[in-house]
Amino acid sequence: MQTKNAKTMEGIVIELEVNNHAGVMSHVAGLFSRRGFNLEGILCGSIGDGSKSRMYLLVRDDEKLEQIIKQLRKLYDVVSVSVRRDYDLALYSRIHEDNKGTKNFT
Amino acid sequence: MKYSGAEIIIKLLEIHGIKIVEGIPGGANLPLYNALYKSGIRHILARHEQGAGFMAQGMARSTGLPAVCFATSGPGATNLITAIADAKLDSVPVIAITGQVSSSLIGTDAFQEVDTYGMTIPITKHNFLVKKAEELLSVIPESFRLAASGRPGPVLIDVPKDVQLEKIEVSEWPSVLAVDKPPAPDDKVVREAAMAINASERPVLYIGGGAISAGAGPLISDLALKASIPVSSTLMGIGALASGHPLYAGMIGMHARRKTNEMFREADLIIALGVRFDDRATGKVDEFCPRARIIHVDIDGAELNKNKRVDISVISGLAEFLNDILPLIERNDRREWIDKNFGVCDETPEPGNVEPGYFGPKRLLNLIARYLPGDAIITTDVGQHQMWTAQYYPVKIPRTLLTSSGLGTMGFGMPAAIGAALAYPERTVAAICGDGSILMNIQELAVISEERLNVKVIIFNNGHLGLVRQQQELFYGKNYIASGFSCRPDFCLIARGFGIKSYDLGSADDPEGELEKALAEPGPCVINAPIMGSMNVYPMVVPGGGNHEMIGGEGNAD
Ligand SMILES: Cc1ncc(C[n+]2csc(CCOP(=O)(O)OP(=O)(O)O)c2C)c(N)n1
Repeated sequence: MQTKNAKTMEGIVIELEVNNHAGVMSHVAGLFSRRGFNLEGILCGSIGDGSKSRMYLLVRDDEKLEQIIKQLRKLYDVVSVSVRRDYDLALYSRIHEDNKGTKNFT
Repeated sequence: MKYSGAEIIIKLLEIHGIKIVEGIPGGANLPLYNALYKSGIRHILARHEQGAGFMAQGMARSTGLPAVCFATSGPGATNLITAIADAKLDSVPVIAITGQVSSSLIGTDAFQEVDTYGMTIPITKHNFLVKKAEELLSVIPESFRLAASGRPGPVLIDVPKDVQLEKIEVSEWPSVLAVDKPPAPDDKVVREAAMAINASERPVLYIGGGAISAGAGPLISDLALKASIPVSSTLMGIGALASGHPLYAGMIGMHARRKTNEMFREADLIIALGVRFDDRATGKVDEFCPRARIIHVDIDGAELNKNKRVDISVISGLAEFLNDILPLIERNDRREWIDKNFGVCDETPEPGNVEPGYFGPKRLLNLIARYLPGDAIITTDVGQHQMWTAQYYPVKIPRTLLTSSGLGTMGFGMPAAIGAALAYPERTVAAICGDGSILMNIQELAVISEERLNVKVIIFNNGHLGLVRQQQELFYGKNYIASGFSCRPDFCLIARGFGIKSYDLGSADDPEGELEKALAEPGPCVINAPIMGSMNVYPMVVPGGGNHEMIGGEGNAD
C-alpha cells in the first residue's frame, strides 16, 4: 500500500461484499500477491449484523482488471464484486489524518 | 447423542461414501485416528504425507470422485503441501484434513504449529480453519461439494485438536450436497460459434483436462467426425479421445509431433475445450495459432482471455456446450485439410539409435501396452519417461493416464498408482518411473507390499535426471552439472527389501519375455529397464520459442 497526493490518486475501486471472518483478508490479499496484481489501498469494515464486511480495493485501471475481477468472483467468501469508477479516491490519501480520530470516514 | 468433532468428521466421511483414507497419524490428529478406529473406513498408512496426498490423487484422478487424506499438524501438513499444489494445478478433487494444535495454542509457536491455513490459501480451491465442532456439520459437506463442483480442485480442512475433542449434541446428520450443475451456454454465443465452425476451412479442436473432467470425449468425437475436425490434446486431455481415433492428431506443444504443431499454425479456427493455454501447450503464446480465430469454452470463466485473447468465449460445461452446438454443425468432409494432417508417415520414430542391451523408449512402451490388459491404468513420474509415455503409449480410455502435468512433480507416479490400484483393485496399474523420480517417494513401496496391490513399477533407468541432462546438452553447451548419478541403486534389490518381486531386464537373457512374464503375473513387482543415458525426447520446442521452432524428430516431418 502506498499513499499518494489526493490530486494524483488514480485508479478505480473494486467493491466487495465478503463473509466476515478472520481468513477473508488473507484470501483477498493473497490473491493479489499470487497473481501479481497491484493493490494500492484497502478499506474495510463490517456491515449489517456483522456477518458480512464490505471491502474497497483501490486498483489500477489496466488490462489486468478483468482477470482480477474474475479471480475475486471465484473466492468462496466473496459474495459480490462490483467496479466503481465514480468513487472519491481522496479518501485513500486522507486515511492517515482521518484515522487520528478527528473525523469519521465510514 | 453426543459426538466429538473427530467422530463427526469420520461419520460425515462415511455419509459421503468414503471407503478409503490415506494418511499418517501424529499428536494433533490422534483424536481423528481414534474415531477412525471404530469406523469401517479402511486406512492406508502412507510412509510420507506427500505419498498420502498422491495416493488420494490417484484415487481421485482415476475415479473422478473426491478422495481424502489425513496429516498431522506442522511437518505432516508441510509434507502434504506439494501434493495439494499438484492437485490444484491439475484440478483434482482431493480433500485434505489436517490436525492443528489446540485453539488456545494457535499463534504461540507451539510444538508442531505451522500456519497450515495461511500456507495453503494459494494452493487450494478453498480452505477452512474450523473453530468449533459444530462448524464441521457444514464444512465437511461443503468441502465435498466444492471439490467436485465446476472446475474441480483440492480443499483443505484444518482442525485444531480441541475441536476434534469437543463434544456436541447431533440430532440429525446433514445430507450430501449436490454437485453444482455445470453452467449452460448462452444460445446466441452457441450460434455464433457454430457459424464460425461451419465457415472454417481449417479448424482444429484443442482439448484438455476439462474434456476428461466433463466426460466429454464421446461428444468431442461426434463433433470431430461430423465436421471433420482434427483433434489435438494437452497432456491432461490424453485419453479423452482414444489413441487410434481417425481424427486424433496426438499431443500439442513442447513435445508434440511437428505435424501437429504445424497444424495449429495453419489452422483458421481453434476450438479450445477445457484447456487453459498453458505455456507448455502453446509455446510462445503470441505466436500461437497466428492465422486462427479462437473459440474458447471453459467451465471456469477466469480462464477465458487469461493467457490468450480469444474471439468467442463461452462459460459452459463442455457437455452442455457440445450438446447444444452439435445440431447446428453442418456435415463437411474437409478432404484437403484432413488429408494434409492425416497423410502418410504419422508414426513417430524412436528418438535416437538404440544400442544393444538397451530398450528404445518407444519399443518399451509399445511392449508394455501389448502385455498389459486394455483397461490398465498408467501413471508416470516426471521427466523424459513421462514425455515418451505421452508420445508413444496408446491411451484408449479416459482416466487411464495419470500424470502430474501442471506442477510436474517428480515422485508422483508410484503413490498415484497405489491410489488407482486401491480404487480399482481388479485392474492392473503400471507406474512408469524415472530412476531419479522414483527415489523421491520410494518409501511407498512399503504400502504396495503391505496391501499386495497389483502395481507394476517400471523404472526407465538411464542413470540421469534425463530431462535436465537433455536441456544441458541442447541449451547449456553440454555443461553437465548435477544431472548424472554416480550411485546407481540396485532397484531390484531394494524391491526385494520391501518384500516385492523384481525383474531386471538389463540382465535377463530374454528381456522381452521377462517383461511379458512380469506384467502377466498378478500382484506387485518392480521392473528395471535400461535406457541409454544419451537418449532424448524429440521433437522439442526450443524453450521460450514458438511451437514451430522445433528441434529433432525430423523423421516424422513428412
Ligand atoms: C520435485 C521436482 N524436482 C525437480 C524437478 C525438475 N526436473 C524435471 S525432470 C527432472 C529429471 C527427472 O529424472 P528422472 O526421474 O530420472 O526421469 P528421466 O528424465 O531421466 O526420464 C528434474 C530434476 C521436478 N520436475 N520435480
